Amino acid sequence: MNYINEMKIQFLNKSVNEGLARVAVASFCAQLDLTVETVADIKTAVSEAVTNAIVHGYENMSGFVTVCCVYNLKEIEITVSDYGRGIEDIDEARRPLFTSSPDEERSGMGFTVMETFMDSLEVKSSVGMGTTVIMRKKVQV
Amino acid sequence: MTIDVMGEAMIIRPKGELDHHYAQEIREKADKIILKGEIRKVIFDFTNVLFMDSSGIGVIMGRYRLMEAIKGSVCAFGANERIKRLIKMSGLSRVITLCPNQQKALEVK
Repeated sequence: MNYINEMKIQFLNKSVNEGLARVAVASFCAQLDLTVETVADIKTAVSEAVTNAIVHGYENMSGFVTVCCVYNLKEIEITVSDYGRGIEDIDEARRPLFTSSPDEERSGMGFTVMETFMDSLEVKSSVGMGTTVIMRKKVQV
Repeated sequence: MTIDVMGEAMIIRPKGELDHHYAQEIREKADKIILKGEIRKVIFDFTNVLFMDSSGIGVIMGRYRLMEAIKGSVCAFGANERIKRLIKMSGLSRVITLCPNQQKALEVK
């Protein structure tokens, strides 16, 4: 599919950057005339994906998280990648309420929220190489 | 963020965007008071929360576990439709009480 515009940002896996990622994606999406509700859905999903990358991607190590965002007049596609430890069992990780960090009070709802607020969600991961989450949302412009 | 203590009730009032980053601060400040052992009810005031993701659910869930252990309770008020939707999605609405305002939240047993 051809896209009209594209942006990419990269930042360290520090939790303070979760807000940065949301604002960057929301501002980019504001180029399209989307409803407040749609922008809020996208912000929530981005927040979940970026938080996963920051919390689980690197396990006490420092690393970069990349957020790419592209759109055309039919859909927005957002890709969130880390280059950390990867997920061994993606099906298990996607299961509602599953969390690998119960002590940190993660609710285990991250993937469920992404699935609910976006139209499609794809997770690619390889152990030791990192994880990429691709989310798409249909838009009416 | 402000925290008000009224007898055995504690009202946590987060402001702005409740994400994983902010959740850590809320948890720290709230637990410092809860662990003194006098709080029996935790009330979340979501009136000034403009954004929340599942990290907010984690914060509520964690405080619920602390209250459950001492047979206390957790309530919330001021939540917008999006926050309510997340709370319902998580199943938390079965164990915490969503109230229309602070007065009602304080009245919950």
